[in-house]
Amino acid sequence: MDLARTIKYEEELDQQFAERIASEPGGEGIWNCIQCGTCSAICPVSIYMDKTPRRIIGLIRAGFKEEVLASISPWICTSCYSCTVECPAKIKITDIMFVVKRMAMQQKSHRRFIIADIEEEFVKMVRKNGRLTESKMGIKVARKAGIGNLLSMVPLAWNLMRHDRLKLFHTERMTNVDELRTILRAMEAGPRVTLPAKPPVIPTGHHQEVTA
Amino acid sequence: MKEYLYYPGCSLKGVGSPYEQSLLSTFGKLGIKLTEIADWNCCGATAYLSVDANMAIVLAARNLAIAERSDGHDIVAPCSGCFLSLTKAKEMLEKYPELRAKVTEALGRANLKYLGHSKVRHPLEVLMTDIGTKELKKLITRPLKNLRVVPYYGCAILRPYQAVGDPHAPKVLEEMIGLAGATPVDYPYKGRCCGGMLTSGVQTVGLRLAEILLEAAKSAQADVIVTTCPLCNYNLECYQEKLRKSTGKDLGVPVIYFTQMLGLAMGLSREEVGLDRMLRTPAVAEVTA
Amino acid sequence: MTVEKPRIGVYICDCGLNILGVVDVPAVVRYAATFDNVVAAKEYKYMCSDPGQDLIKKDIKELKLNRVVVASCTPTLHERTFRTTVSTAGLNPFLFHMVNIREAVSWVTVDKKRATEKAKILVKAGVMRVTLQEPLEPKTEPVAPGILVIGGGIAGIHASLALANAGTKVHLVEREPSIGGNMARFDKTFPTLDCSSCILTPKMTTLKVHPNINLYSYSEVVGVEGYVGNFDVTIERKPRYVNEELCIGCLKCIEACVFKDARFPNDFDLGLAKRKPIYIPFPQAVPTKVLIDPDDCLFLKLGKCKQTCVDACEKDAIDFEQKPERVNLKVGSIIVATGFKTFDPTRKPQYGYGVLPNVFTALEAERLLSPTGPTEGIPLLKDGTMPKTIGIIHCIGSRDENTNVYCSKVCCMYSLKLAHLVKERTGAEVYNFYIDMRTTGKGYEEFYKKLLEEGVRFVRGRVAELTTAPLSPGEKGKLIVRVEDTLAGYVRRIPVDMAILSVGLEPQNDAQELRRMLNLSCGKEGFLMELHPKLAPVSTATDGIYIAGACQGPKDIPDTVAQAGAAASEALALVHRGMVEIEPYVAVTNEDLCSGCQICVGLCPYFAIEYDAEKKVSRVKDVMCKGCGVCVAACPSGAIDQKHFRDAFVLAEVAGVI
Repeated sequence: MDLARTIKYEEELDQQFAERIASEPGGEGIWNCIQCGTCSAICPVSIYMDKTPRRIIGLIRAGFKEEVLASISPWICTSCYSCTVECPAKIKITDIMFVVKRMAMQQKSHRRFIIADIEEEFVKMVRKNGRLTESKMGIKVARKAGIGNLLSMVPLAWNLMRHDRLKLFHTERMTNVDELRTILRAMEAGPRVTLPAKPPVIPTGHHQEVTA
Repeated sequence: MKEYLYYPGCSLKGVGSPYEQSLLSTFGKLGIKLTEIADWNCCGATAYLSVDANMAIVLAARNLAIAERSDGHDIVAPCSGCFLSLTKAKEMLEKYPELRAKVTEALGRANLKYLGHSKVRHPLEVLMTDIGTKELKKLITRPLKNLRVVPYYGCAILRPYQAVGDPHAPKVLEEMIGLAGATPVDYPYKGRCCGGMLTSGVQTVGLRLAEILLEAAKSAQADVIVTTCPLCNYNLECYQEKLRKSTGKDLGVPVIYFTQMLGLAMGLSREEVGLDRMLRTPAVAEVTA
Repeated sequence: MTVEKPRIGVYICDCGLNILGVVDVPAVVRYAATFDNVVAAKEYKYMCSDPGQDLIKKDIKELKLNRVVVASCTPTLHERTFRTTVSTAGLNPFLFHMVNIREAVSWVTVDKKRATEKAKILVKAGVMRVTLQEPLEPKTEPVAPGILVIGGGIAGIHASLALANAGTKVHLVEREPSIGGNMARFDKTFPTLDCSSCILTPKMTTLKVHPNINLYSYSEVVGVEGYVGNFDVTIERKPRYVNEELCIGCLKCIEACVFKDARFPNDFDLGLAKRKPIYIPFPQAVPTKVLIDPDDCLFLKLGKCKQTCVDACEKDAIDFEQKPERVNLKVGSIIVATGFKTFDPTRKPQYGYGVLPNVFTALEAERLLSPTGPTEGIPLLKDGTMPKTIGIIHCIGSRDENTNVYCSKVCCMYSLKLAHLVKERTGAEVYNFYIDMRTTGKGYEEFYKKLLEEGVRFVRGRVAELTTAPLSPGEKGKLIVRVEDTLAGYVRRIPVDMAILSVGLEPQNDAQELRRMLNLSCGKEGFLMELHPKLAPVSTATDGIYIAGACQGPKDIPDTVAQAGAAASEALALVHRGMVEIEPYVAVTNEDLCSGCQICVGLCPYFAIEYDAEKKVSRVKDVMCKGCGVCVAACPSGAIDQKHFRDAFVLAEVAGVI
């Protein structure tokens, strides 16, 4: 009988991982988490996640890097911001999900989820045309989701075309895409801007004490 | 005459074009000028943020910089998702000087400058704040009597930037439905997620979310659902047939844009608000006229 | 001013390593020794210790010192200590000056060189000041013999009884028509499950008949002037429209009222039960006197009524002409025991309070469980049926950055208590939804254990929302709790018939207004601020005013009663001594310089300056002066000076710094 061994010794955990997440804007909140579970409870899709948002934060803090980056949870996140709004510790959980997604994307060795592929296609199309053409995007998505998916979308596509909502051969494109590309390249060039977790405090001379 | 800049976003030029059509016709009827931002680019939505945060910000910033070139008018972003992306970019640029410096430098290569004074707003909020219920009521010539309407806000207009007040108890859409002469339905899922960009990729999850929303609309005997975002509209409108096949439930509820509803109540024709381009339309006497 | 040449002793404290660790004390000592008139400059490890003090005393005697400077911690801590040291050795305590080189230097400066420089400068300034100081005699003032207690809840009641039993006259002011506060509303108290009224009412009745207690019920404090030992208090007595002297509490008038049915929400039952316009808040009310609500009574509102109540009253006690009455009192000290209010759950629309059916606050649940409450002790649903499942939701409004950050301390315990009581009365399935279980008091953890064994279901998870939208057949017609069961690791939807919200504790709505009247501070959350969080929990920065109970912070009944006793003993100390020592920092007018402009007269907050129309000069009344210094600053002729803070002293100190 093959049994999984789920202990992780301290040297197998990665405390740098927690620090890295905590150092991104919004990430510093992970230290305030009291594991109350409100985020998981209000999340409309947590029941589909392999690890609920609360558990993800717990795993990040403890340094379970592999588990977090391999989890499907951040990819299921729809960025509805309900968790961020409900969290009693005001932790920016949605932003943390984005941080994890970005890190997982960069670690190409990880199991790829279809959403990651879709998002990369999105980026490619924007870089190419400056805008998205929904019909073309729809086809790319359906192709990634499998031939069955693609075929099942045909009736809908036909229905939308009949209602003058879909122009099959039209590409939504900016006029001056080169300008956009110049800007994007300039943004990518040079040393990467890493933002501190807490924005710099701009002194306003405002007193905070409450006295008689 | 009131004047605003208009940021359509990719959806309003695609499957969401009835939203653009009804927005332009209702704002036109109200005497408001909407000028489309010249050669705008995609706002980045949620997808770009999952790949590279800084790039997502500069994408949005370019639109803001172009907008700022014209006379300080507020930007109307009808797609709630775009509204969120643009507002988020503004917030990040406000809080992080180092990011702003890099964005300024990158935009500078295209002779663009981000100054930070452009305001990004959602048309629902603009109508209820800048025009106001009293003025709007005066223009209602065809009250949509006996129409039961679900006020579906979706996520991005409510959270996290609260474009229309307390995300737990928003009221403006119900108010607008009321002044259009219709009956706002008591709906438990006004701000519950439609699935956003997830539905296309992970259909099981997306379909279930749509099912919950549509079923609640059905049990509330709603005639129509109004939305404030093209993605919400799409998710609710376009999978009803699929849902019928997979669940056996009849979830055929018309889903239209709030601007279409308002336009009809203001006396615009079905053509003018693009009503017949929607996959389903509400079957009520006032609306079929 | 003394005639002799100043002979100054300078003592610099190491304070262990607190000062020595940062400041080069020997260097400061050497520097101090170089000043004019300094006869001795010494260093010691702990100046405030007995040997440290003895060193000063010895030097005063042997070196004939007539001025002493100690450079150590803050004067707030030890000025009194050293003044006493110095006066024991025969030197006037106001010929002593303290320089702060700990809180002001070593504790706030990182660079040792800069710290030493700063210490040197401050010591020099201190020496220059003390050279000019003059001996003063402390003022003593008689203390008025009565004590005012604001608030008639358990804290106010206990404090009043403690004081009254010690023989002091107590004036207890309570704004509700009856004393008892929030405790009177509870059914049972944790962890003993004593009936709350049963343990409270004996105290209430003792208070009622105590010869030393004047109870002003249905009254509010509207003005407080004066200072420690001599507070002038104005109380406004709201009209009951019933003469308290005559009413015997027979309640025949209520029976006779033209309103056959009770139809106005009863405040004591939090609106869950109704009353008539003429009413008594609850059967055990103290005083047992009726009152009439002018907004509900036909005669008072519209001027037309048969007045059957008047006919029914054998004592002729009803008086529609009654007007608010003002009472002025002079008291020596004041105890504030105004209690708490519960968090308003409409601030958290996620929980559906006031919108969804059968969502109650914990306090409302207490009324439902009370035998004298609207449902005679059985927590029924709004439609009168028994609930089969009940959910108790912890932490409503507390531990939440969006509402109140703090933990309200008592909610876990009262939630467990409510769980026990509702289960006992209804046999329902009871769920407690919590984040942490905070059961820290005596017998509290044992109480939790008892509940665990009673079959109450505990789900560790903070409830995100309550909804009535069903997603499965079993959820129809129920309130659904959406929560992550963090211990089991699953998100759950639990349908309940009734939800009880464990609301947190907050300061009263008018706490800010009251504290400004009394010149008290409050913390960030609005609770009244104690003088020191550890060592002075019941006194405040305002001498003579004490606080006790939940107005100082959320707490349970044992802690409230303990604080009430503590406040009583401290308030009593003042009154018992019969006199209070006031620092003699009074203002003094130089009549030669006074131009008679009277600017000072109007500015004085204590009305301590009078204008002599004959001599055309203003004069400070020593007895009334509190040494605030406003007149000193305002006088355009520089004719007013303040003892111990004379312009000359202050300028000398400044010169020393420059």
